[in-house]
Order: sequence, then C-alpha cells, then structure tokens
Amino acid sequence: MSIKILNIALADDDEDDRTLFKEAIDEIPIETKLSLFNHGQELMDHLSLPNIILPHLVFLDLNMPIKNGMQCLQEIRKNPMLDQVAVAIYSTSSSEKDIESTFIHGANVYINKPNNFYNLKDVIERVLQVNWQYQTSNLNKDNFLFRL
Amino acid sequence: MRINVRIDCNLILRTVLREQLDELDIAYELSGPGEVFIRQELSDEKKERLVLALRKYGIEIIDDKQLALVERIKAAIDEMLEHEGEIAEKVSCYLASKLNYSYSYLSGLFSENTFTSIENFIILRKVDLAKEFICNTDLTLTEIAYRLNYSSVAHLSAQFKKTTGLTPTNFQRIIEKRKARFAEQT
Repeated sequence: MSIKILNIALADDDEDDRTLFKEAIDEIPIETKLSLFNHGQELMDHLSLPNIILPHLVFLDLNMPIKNGMQCLQEIRKNPMLDQVAVAIYSTSSSEKDIESTFIHGANVYINKPNNFYNLKDVIERVLQVNWQYQTSNLNKDNFLFRL
Repeated sequence: MRINVRIDCNLILRTVLREQLDELDIAYELSGPGEVFIRQELSDEKKERLVLALRKYGIEIIDDKQLALVERIKAAIDEMLEHEGEIAEKVSCYLASKLNYSYSYLSGLFSENTFTSIENFIILRKVDLAKEFICNTDLTLTEIAYRLNYSSVAHLSAQFKKTTGLTPTNFQRIIEKRKARFAEQT
C-alpha cells in the first residue's frame, strides 16, 4: 500500500502534553495529519462516526478521566472496523505489569513518556518510521510489538 | 475449534494476479515477485477494470516509478533472506547486480521514500521473520538464529531486543497470552 500522509490521533487529557506532542510531530520529516482529543471518550466518539478517514495510528495516554487508555484499547480491539488501526500506548507508567497487560490487550507499541522535548521527538519519529514500514511492507501486523 | 494457518504471500499474490489477468483476457507474464509484464497495450477502460479487480485483494498497481523500484528492492531483500546462507555477496553487491543500479542510488532512493535505510529495513524484516518462526513453528532460538544467518543466538537476541525493546522470550510469552485471551473471548 502506498501512503502519502500518515493520519495520527492522540488522546491525552493534559493540555501541555498535547501541545508538546504536536510541536514534536511537526518537526518530523514524515508528513502527518494529527487529530487531538482531550480524553478517551472524545476519541472513541470520533472513531465511531460514519465515513471518517480512520487514523493509521492512535496514541493513547493511559490515565485519562471519563474513559482511560486501557478502556479505549479494549474497545478498539473489539471493533473489526478498526482492525487496521495501530495503537501506541503513551504513558508515564513503567510498571512491567501495565506494559505487558496493554500488549496482551492488543497494543502495538508501548512508549514511556520521555521527560524532554528532544527525546520525545526522537521516540515519536521512531514509532512513525516503524509504523510506516508495517503499513507499506509485507511485515506481519499480528507481530507488530515494540517497546520504546 | 481453532485452526492455525501459515501463508505464502508470494504464492497468493501470483495466484490472484493470474486469475484476475486471465479473467480480463490480458496477455501477461509474471516476471518476478510483485512484477507483471503486460504483453499488450491496455485501454484506459481495461486498466481501470484491472485496478478495481486487484484493489479488492489489497493489491495496488504502483504508477510511481520510484515506488515501483522501492518495491523491487524489498522483493529482492525477501528473496535474499529466503536463501540466506547461500548468498555470499555483500548486500550492496547483491542488490546492485540484481537490480542493475548502483547501490548508492538504490540506498538514497529507498531512504527518501520509506524513511528508513535499506540496512534498517533488512534488520526489521529479519526480526519480523524471527517473530514468525517463534509464533508459528517449534524451531528453537538456535535453529532460528541459524536459519536467519545470525552468528549466534546471542546475536539474534541482542538484535531482537534492540529493535523491538523486548526479548524473544518476552515476546513469545506476550503473544501466547494474547492468543489465549482472544480465544477466551470468542
């Protein structure tokens, strides 16, 4: 499949984190279209709209009010319409149990929120690169599992 | 009941291409992985029908010459990995002679279009094959390392960990738990 622009969604309740994420992604040479959501429910409402262009990749914060990242992940993986959407968990938690549990529930990438802008940009760029390869090559998406 | 299947992408691709091209009465030759030589001029209408017929299967005709060459590089890499061990040349020599372009041209073109280097893509592809072997076969890590032409298990494990952030054992455990969970649900 050839893609010109990667469609990306981020659900994070922290406004500063959303801003930093947008600034970081704007500096990466891969062309992207980013949609931002203030919490999980807002994202899930968006994904259930008819005729939307689905994101290739969704970044989910784990701790969010109303609907948290884990609940979103489970809903996304239960919905066959969202089969092709890759999910990256984006969290401050580095507990092994959290990490393993998100993978078991179908997450593709687990990212520890980096503590400075430079690392953030670096880690997002790596996720986009890897995701690009999975979208455009015959790599097996069932085995798309990365921890960064 | 649950069954597991293994697929041969290349065979599927060739079979679907044959069926669809025959159906549209087009004279062709399958010249290589992901490459078809059409032995006639196609009318716009016929081309349109072919595009639509193949799209159903997730097969896309690449009009862009650069992207087409990127796909040929990827196909050559897959072929090389299948015969890993038998090919003694360096990757750069292998690709240059196989595709008839200088390696520096190929590698520049590849990076521009895929946001990764040929070297990194090969590592990602090898790790992907290792994952495939871990999930779908009873091969031991030693055997997998041998098949993918790693000098040792340690080398395979280190590259696996560096690329994915997980050890092979860790990866295997997660996939097994994930399968068990999804089996429970259905």
